[in-house]
Amino acid sequence: MRIFKSLLIALVLLSFTSLAVAEESPYPNANTGIGDKASLQRGAKLFFNYCVGCHSLKYLRYSRMAADLGLTEQQVMDNLDFTGAKFGDPIVSAMPETDAEKWFGKAPPDLSLEVRAKGANWVSAYLHSFYLDPARPVGWNNTVFPNASMPFPLWELQGVQTAVMAPAKPGEEPTVEKLEIKQPGSMDSVEYAQAVRDLVSFLQYASEPAAMQRTAMGAWVLIYLALFTFIAFILKKEYWKDVH
Amino acid sequence: MTEQVRIRPRNRVLAWVEERLPILSFTASHTTGYYAPKNFNVMYYFGSLALLVLVNQIVTGIFLTMNYNPSAAGAFASVEYIMRDVEWGWLIRYMHEVGASMFFIVVYLHMFRGLMYGSYKEPRELVWLLGMLIFLTLMAEAFMGYVLPWGNMSFWGAKVIISLFSAIPVVGNTVVNWIMGDFLPADATLNRFFALHVVALPLVLLLLVVLHLAALHEVGSNNPDGVEIKQKKGPDGHPLDGIPFHPYYTVKDLFGVGVFLIICAFIIFFEPTVGGWFLEHDNFIPANNLVTPAEIKPVWYFTPFYAILRVIPSKGLGVIALLCSIVVLFLVPWLDRGKVKSIRYRGTGYKVALAIFAIVFVLLGSIGAGKTTEWIPEIFGPNADLTFIENTFGRILTILYFGYFAFLWAYTYFGWEKTRPVPDRVTVVQH
Repeated sequence: MRIFKSLLIALVLLSFTSLAVAEESPYPNANTGIGDKASLQRGAKLFFNYCVGCHSLKYLRYSRMAADLGLTEQQVMDNLDFTGAKFGDPIVSAMPETDAEKWFGKAPPDLSLEVRAKGANWVSAYLHSFYLDPARPVGWNNTVFPNASMPFPLWELQGVQTAVMAPAKPGEEPTVEKLEIKQPGSMDSVEYAQAVRDLVSFLQYASEPAAMQRTAMGAWVLIYLALFTFIAFILKKEYWKDVH
Repeated sequence: MTEQVRIRPRNRVLAWVEERLPILSFTASHTTGYYAPKNFNVMYYFGSLALLVLVNQIVTGIFLTMNYNPSAAGAFASVEYIMRDVEWGWLIRYMHEVGASMFFIVVYLHMFRGLMYGSYKEPRELVWLLGMLIFLTLMAEAFMGYVLPWGNMSFWGAKVIISLFSAIPVVGNTVVNWIMGDFLPADATLNRFFALHVVALPLVLLLLVVLHLAALHEVGSNNPDGVEIKQKKGPDGHPLDGIPFHPYYTVKDLFGVGVFLIICAFIIFFEPTVGGWFLEHDNFIPANNLVTPAEIKPVWYFTPFYAILRVIPSKGLGVIALLCSIVVLFLVPWLDRGKVKSIRYRGTGYKVALAIFAIVFVLLGSIGAGKTTEWIPEIFGPNADLTFIENTFGRILTILYFGYFAFLWAYTYFGWEKTRPVPDRVTVVQH
């Protein structure tokens, strides 16, 4: 009876946890994950080709990334290090912050923790939602993050999108109804979705490299604790035999 | 209740020590000599679990201190340094962070156990009072600990909570600046919070825990039947319904620890942020006094009290209500005049009131956590007056929260409660 009750409590606690975790996201599920090394490597390639010009990953070192993504020092230094940084250095953009502020009004943020702060679904939706907007200083706008000051570097992959505006209600600003590809890029929509998934998966990895370790060892810890609890349980049974 | 056990070691060195410092006798008196009722149920695991979490917080806290940098310029980066570059740093940090939330889970359940079985009643009023002081200290400890990572929610949370002191008449703003040591939460604030979080408050906590246990061992543990076991003693002088804490409850608690650790390990290794409940998303953004988070809200364990503050329109009244919501818990032993301890033998009114109180506490928490701002448009449609509905709902809940204590007093003071007869001896489920 007692055991039954403790198990019940444990179950209730666990279900609360899963309830809390299963929070609804307003953005489509990005289906990212850090289990696929090839995907992470493709994501790293995209990041270093399109993002690192402006954005840093200042809490991630080249060496750590190489070890976790299964890359050699040679591969990283030849293909991904564009700033002349040492292998053990953090990944810092070459763009000086003061200039960046002058050019964009706001220095591009460090992306080390972007996925932890905004969520993978948000980042993925953001990268799908740029459109041409001549009214903006850099010519781009975004439906997920309206009036973002960032130009869209992936346009040659996704193509150039324009907004189809919904008819404005009297006295209100017109809103974007949907986005349409006006000029196709080098990828079709399926390929582009996969590319964004790779890139966001890489950023998800960068936001918490320890996730690789914790998920790898978590199951073993739980098995050990289950065994421990079982032994504690039969020990308790043995001692409590003489309590009436 | 504790019985004096005298240990006389055969080993001459131990005997020499024992004659001068009876540490073995002391330990034995409080373990094998401590007779606890044999009918503890699952609600009685949470005291020992709270002690376990306290030890976890101290040990992991010491290791975090070795690499944490308590400065506005370095705090955020040093936490990421711990998460990424310090060997096993991520595990230590997650154990500390999950430990903080688990601390409140076990403490809330421990307190609820006290309400269920009347563990605050004579002769255990001091045990309850010391427990409440522990709870109060824990709140301060948790709040200051939450500021240390210096994320954006740390900063704004600190700003909002400290600014509550500005509700004090005349000297309010001076007090706020005195607490922060600046006009905003800044380097000085972080430094003093660090000192309080890692030195001062843990010392207070440890002292209070020792007193809480000492007071408990003097009067003996209550039990789910609310029967005083020392009133029925056997020929050997031991309570008939008591069993030595060691080995019976140490081995039983060991099992409880196992189940508890499985839950904790599951969270630590597979979902350490618990979807933003244990570690909030906005706290992965460094503190920035120019960018306010979309919604400033405390971590889940403060949300019921925060809701009471939020739904009351005047800041001064809100702060007073917040303060009262905690102070009233201290008064429970004197508000409840009923002689019957356990909910098993109390009147139906008490059972219903306690159930409502528990539900109200959780619902207040959902307001404080900003959940109702999501639910109200779903229930009442997108054009509903969110603030009005939320405040009305929250004020009803606040009245019900305080209503529980008013009811408890009236119900027992005027003798409206119809209790059932309490058995002479504890009841044990046969299995």
